Amino acid sequence: MHAETDILFRESAAKALLDPHLRANFRRAMDGLITKRKAQFPDPADLQELRHLSTAIRSRSLLNLPALLVQLEAACTRNGIQVHWAETCEQANQLVLDILQAQGATRLVKGKSMVSEEMHLNAFLESHGIEALESDLGEYIIQLDGETPSHIIMPAIHKNKDQIARQFSQKIKDAKYTEDVDELTAMARKVLRQKFLEADAGISGVNFAVANTGTLCLVENEGNGRMSTHVPPLHIAIMGLEKVVARLEDVAPLYAILTRSATGQAVSTYFNLISGPRGEGEKDGPQAVHLVILDNGRSRIYGDPQLQATLRCIRCGACMNHCPVYTRVGGHAYEATYPGPIGKILTPQMEGVGVRHDLLHGSSLCGACGEVCPVEIPIPDILVRLRREATHQDPASFVAGKGTGRTDAEDRAWRLWAALSKRPGLYRILTWFATRFGWALPSGAPLIRDWTRFRTKPIPARRSLSERMRAERGTHD
Amino acid sequence: MTAVRPPRAYFYATCLVDLFFPDAGMAGIQLLREAGVTVAFPEGQTCCGQPAFNCGYWEEARDVARTQVALFPEDLPVILPSGSCAGMMKNHYPELFHGQPEEAEVRAFSGRVYELTQFLVEVLGVQLKDLGEPIKVTWHSSCHAMRDLGLKGEPQALLAQLDKVELAPLAREHECCGFGGTFSVRQPEVSGAMVCDKAADAEATGASVVLSTDGGCLLNVKGALDQKGSPLKVQHIAEFLWERTHAR
Repeated sequence: MHAETDILFRESAAKALLDPHLRANFRRAMDGLITKRKAQFPDPADLQELRHLSTAIRSRSLLNLPALLVQLEAACTRNGIQVHWAETCEQANQLVLDILQAQGATRLVKGKSMVSEEMHLNAFLESHGIEALESDLGEYIIQLDGETPSHIIMPAIHKNKDQIARQFSQKIKDAKYTEDVDELTAMARKVLRQKFLEADAGISGVNFAVANTGTLCLVENEGNGRMSTHVPPLHIAIMGLEKVVARLEDVAPLYAILTRSATGQAVSTYFNLISGPRGEGEKDGPQAVHLVILDNGRSRIYGDPQLQATLRCIRCGACMNHCPVYTRVGGHAYEATYPGPIGKILTPQMEGVGVRHDLLHGSSLCGACGEVCPVEIPIPDILVRLRREATHQDPASFVAGKGTGRTDAEDRAWRLWAALSKRPGLYRILTWFATRFGWALPSGAPLIRDWTRFRTKPIPARRSLSERMRAERGTHD
Repeated sequence: MTAVRPPRAYFYATCLVDLFFPDAGMAGIQLLREAGVTVAFPEGQTCCGQPAFNCGYWEEARDVARTQVALFPEDLPVILPSGSCAGMMKNHYPELFHGQPEEAEVRAFSGRVYELTQFLVEVLGVQLKDLGEPIKVTWHSSCHAMRDLGLKGEPQALLAQLDKVELAPLAREHECCGFGGTFSVRQPEVSGAMVCDKAADAEATGASVVLSTDGGCLLNVKGALDQKGSPLKVQHIAEFLWERTHAR
């Protein structure tokens, strides 16, 4: 069914399910987040109104994306922010390296940035002798273990307190073992404070970039974002090209729905509006600010009217918090930068729908993601569309890897299904056999084998409803 | 909503009810008849085409859907004992036939599609009289009935009419049971984990019956409960309503 190079979600998900700690950690955390979000939206009508407004803002921003990006560049430049464009992750990495090397920077601190994860920036910089330290607590925790984020806003959510306590006592110099959360946080804080002071540069992501004012908005809870962008002499912000909005007024509703959807907070502890480097006579702030704008497949997604909705995403993570699959397998099972439902539609569009065909089928299409999405991305519809793209060569489509997930076996199976289902006479004979002899199918038969690992064998009724209705009419089989 | 009672309506069995839950289908037909509806059950029903549609095989889904739409030519309501298949025929057929020669005909058909409890509540406004012994039941929301078709508590409204039926809340009621059609065989491990959790949540309610609108969920949850030897019964809401309103 699959090529050898295909990445099989089924295998990694099955492995993840065997880890009871992982399952318990995610279930507890996700249930908590669901409850907190719900408490932020007591009135369903208010929620829908805010969702519609947020969707409209994001859709309008995308509609005018090319013009807004030009406007953003001009406004940033006016503010003294130097703007750079990268089509690929390689180009973006090189741009960041060039900026750092021009300043002779070798030590940098990072605020949380999923785009930098997408670029594998840390590994790239380390290979060029530059230390990139994550300053978000969750990111810091996973960096100590050389892991990647398992959630887009709570990167270390797969670990519990005890695991972190053990890890800190082993990996942080002179750290004593404690399971006290405040003490653990203080330990990380002590390390990070020193690093902020020593850093040559800070790197951050961008939540919203405002086109008409050239303002970069950064949402965070720990203050590390402010420290990373404010203390070192050089700040480099990285964003995907879809993050732009037209004006500052657009930010308020998006911010309101972002924090509520993400962590169930009415506001985040910090909200940074970065509008340029240290000005004449100012006493703090970086001497230089750079903005790297990354494409990495986004403009191809942008070209498709249905798939464009993928780019509305404001990275709140609500889709993963509410996903019954994500809740059970965690983020690492997706083997992708972006896990969960949004990752299920984003990753295949970036990497190719063929190699990620199995991931596209890692959903029961229950629709919980689409229901909670603050910008109404129809994730289930897009999954179905991408499944079609994976198995069919539509000449009008721009989708990466279209048609490369097709297999003869699946083609044959659906042709056979259609041949039977569109011929009522044949279907009737088949149903007759199923009702009389269906019980005799061995549990080890294909399809039934997987079903009966967790359930009893489904046994057809002795007479189908159609047969009973025929009997009622007097037209017996 | 509408006060006009259509004297006649079509019944669409759906493949799972036809083959695995014919009693539920029969009960649905009886409930409609009792409310004064003459039920037509056209010969030639197979499948709504959702499995192929969801897997991206739209040509195959269309081939099958075309034959099914043709079975319901008269301008009558088409009633299904399934929220998932009703959602497919109501919301996704127009998408499936977009730009096809039959689009207008299919759209008209889709406009006539109802899920059974939806029809009983919204169109017929049925009043049920509970004749059964006191019983505790729990409710599993089928994802497609709730989110795709958009049922707004019609099944619960019907259950609320039965005065000796206690509805025990199911923890995480709105979470998927893990069926998902082909999902259950393409991702058997995750699907299995989901249904085992659902079965455990259902057992924890202390109810004696789990009810739902959909054959897929029923087959899945029943399979998992039976596997662990649970005494908990799984039943389609139509069958339950019929039994409660008719002394045996």
